[in-house]
Amino acid sequence: MKPDLPEITPNKELIRIGEDVIDFDVVVVGGGNAALCAAIRAAETGASVALFERAPKDYRGGNSRHTRNFRCMHRDPKGVLTGAYDEDEFYDDLLKVTKGNTDEDLARLAIRESESCYDWMLGQGCFFQESLSGTLSLSRTNAFFLGGGKALVNAYYNRLEAQNVSIFYRATVLDVVIRDRRFDGVLVDLNGKQKYVRSRAIVLASGGFEADKDWLARAWGDAAKNFLIRGTPYNTGEVLKRVLETGADQIGDPTQCHAVAIDGRAPEYDGGIVTRVDCVPFSIVVNQAGHRFYDEGEDVWPKRYAIWGRLVAKQPGQVAYAIIDSKSKDLFMPTVFSATVTDSLDEMAVQLGLSRDQFLATVNEFNNGCGRGEFFPTELDGLETKGVQPAKTNWARPIDTPPFYGYELRPGVTFTYLGFRVGPDAKVSFGGLPSHNVWAAGEIMAGSILGEGYLAGFGMTIGTAFGRIAGKEAGAYARSSAG
Amino acid sequence: MQDQVLDEAKRQLAVCNACRYCEGFCSAFKAMTRYRAFDTETVIHMSNLCHNCQACYHSCQYTVPHEFELNLPSALANVRVESWESHVPFPVLSKLFQSSPLVSLVSVVVVSILFWLVAGIPWLAADTFYDLISHSVLVLIFGPLFLAPLLILFIGLGRYWKTVNGERITRQQLAVAFRAAANLKNLDGGAGQGCNYEKDDRYSQSRRWAHQATMYGFLLCFASTSIATVMHYGFGLVAPYPLMSLPKLFGVTGGILLTLGTSKLIYLKTKANPLLEASSRRGSDYGFVTLLWFVSTSGLLLYWAGGTTLAGTLLILHLASIACLFVSIPFSKMVHGFFRITALIREAQLQRT
Repeated sequence: MKPDLPEITPNKELIRIGEDVIDFDVVVVGGGNAALCAAIRAAETGASVALFERAPKDYRGGNSRHTRNFRCMHRDPKGVLTGAYDEDEFYDDLLKVTKGNTDEDLARLAIRESESCYDWMLGQGCFFQESLSGTLSLSRTNAFFLGGGKALVNAYYNRLEAQNVSIFYRATVLDVVIRDRRFDGVLVDLNGKQKYVRSRAIVLASGGFEADKDWLARAWGDAAKNFLIRGTPYNTGEVLKRVLETGADQIGDPTQCHAVAIDGRAPEYDGGIVTRVDCVPFSIVVNQAGHRFYDEGEDVWPKRYAIWGRLVAKQPGQVAYAIIDSKSKDLFMPTVFSATVTDSLDEMAVQLGLSRDQFLATVNEFNNGCGRGEFFPTELDGLETKGVQPAKTNWARPIDTPPFYGYELRPGVTFTYLGFRVGPDAKVSFGGLPSHNVWAAGEIMAGSILGEGYLAGFGMTIGTAFGRIAGKEAGAYARSSAG
Repeated sequence: MQDQVLDEAKRQLAVCNACRYCEGFCSAFKAMTRYRAFDTETVIHMSNLCHNCQACYHSCQYTVPHEFELNLPSALANVRVESWESHVPFPVLSKLFQSSPLVSLVSVVVVSILFWLVAGIPWLAADTFYDLISHSVLVLIFGPLFLAPLLILFIGLGRYWKTVNGERITRQQLAVAFRAAANLKNLDGGAGQGCNYEKDDRYSQSRRWAHQATMYGFLLCFASTSIATVMHYGFGLVAPYPLMSLPKLFGVTGGILLTLGTSKLIYLKTKANPLLEASSRRGSDYGFVTLLWFVSTSGLLLYWAGGTTLAGTLLILHLASIACLFVSIPFSKMVHGFFRITALIREAQLQRT
């Protein structure tokens, strides 16, 4: 679904607020995890808080609606978390995915903060559940939200209502007025009416720009129009852009996005978790011309699925096809869209629209290159091809037992890296100096910590940790400056 | 069963199974993880395992206006009510009893009039029930009224057991299933937070408490009647019994619980979202709950009004409502309990294997 703003709906806050200029202690821009944590904390300081969520109530929560867990440091078994996960191990895991492209101080701060997040979240009405089936590998490191991210978001909104925070849905922030590192107010479109909202402090937590395909096209060219956006259509990055124009320091590759390979039949926006296709390690992946282009068996899928977004994006038409045979059909999570099933590879080429002769030659070459050995679907089994380019280095079994199953793959964009540089107090810096009263949390500043790659559940850790810091700091500042 | 209803449930389950964020809520979601695809038997089993706690709906990122349009509580409820109808004999009666809340109430009135015609109009105060209607007449009327519906119900359950490929039942499976029913485990939300019902996306224990008050109230009343029957035939102890007797203690406690429980259920239902129920049953459940409320409330009033001029009228109404409740057991919402315990037993078998 696409953004359809503005839409007119009755909103009791709007009836209450008749004036053109409105005053609050703290304004929070955004309605996802980071924004909600910030608003809760700010309200706890006694500040009056307004939260502007661009989406309608049904779609509130940004990309947090699609999340399922957060990565959490802990010294002993804690609630649903098994074993222990200490700061150094957590940090090492992060370094592995970012290849060192991370700010150690901020990263360690987020990690240490995560330890207290678990109990704090319980206190806000969030519930956890045992690691989901098929995700046992995360039971020690990641705490799963009972019901997923939307349930978490619901709990936070309910908490905000209890705190009397003013929540505005369908509220588009058009401009953020910042002069000389000092924030003055925001211009907001509320149901088609523009209001200038003054406040003593602002927390920016409105996510990245991944839903703006024109922006993505600057890095990817026309290919971007074939990208699917896995999350909310409301993350178009307007606030990010406006605030960067006021002189905020930017961080993170301004053109890059994190993309994974997902089912090509997924909706253009908001397909979320169900669009995943986990069969790649047991498959051969070809492009429309029928050529393989990368080692499908490089590593277990969760460790590799991120690079496949990029790989598929570089193929003609930004599309690729994973093909398995009946030996492998039950080895991965069920898919939401059913596979193309055929009794012959010939028929598969026809149905998927592949270059037939090349596809058959590719499969033939691959099958001939498959060696003998024992196949272990859950670990690197070293079952590799010989004399095949590119090689498949694990789980290489010939595609020869009908029926055959084909899945279309396309790049699914998850988040962008561009954001604000912040300090350990979550304050946005301008020209190397901290702002007076501008804080940021969540995806909009995650580039400060996550320079590249991604670690499962770490986005929610950053959002919760820095959301809490930003909210508390902004609230305290607003209260003290209110005198 | 309608293909449309089954296909819609299968479509939604395929989305859920690719997500599984709701796994911790209930038995239905835990069952889901055993399957890669959902055949009709599995969907029917899961529909009866679903307790309509609605948590999956409120946690779902794919509900309307999302194009996936998930509403699993309703999709499964649609399958569930059809599964009752298609397994219990005389589906036309199921359709009748669940078509409108008024059917139960109209039937109580009709049966009351019939009783009046049989027993004569009880203008005078009576000392005991049996002054109004003799015990043997009662047994003559209520014996078949009770046994015939039970027979029909068990034929239905037998057919259902075949559909879901049920196996020989062990004592351990029964223990698992009855424990889950005894504390209504599947409305506890998985973390003990309760379910979503009358407070939108907030959790609450109200429905669980109200349901259990109703269920235990009903069971106590049933126990009271059973004990009285044994006392009557086994020991020649004829009603009325004093307050400090088992039938009265069970009956009065059960009656109070049943009245409170059903009142609360009706109240909660007025606050709940009807779109999360079976689309063909919206509102008709009121009839069944109201009938239960009427049975217990008229029973309590009868106890209170014993020996007054009201007693005769109340007795007729009370007995008529019990007759209607009995007759409608296999056809009304009452079947949900029997099918659900059957589903819990089957689930205990499937989890073991």
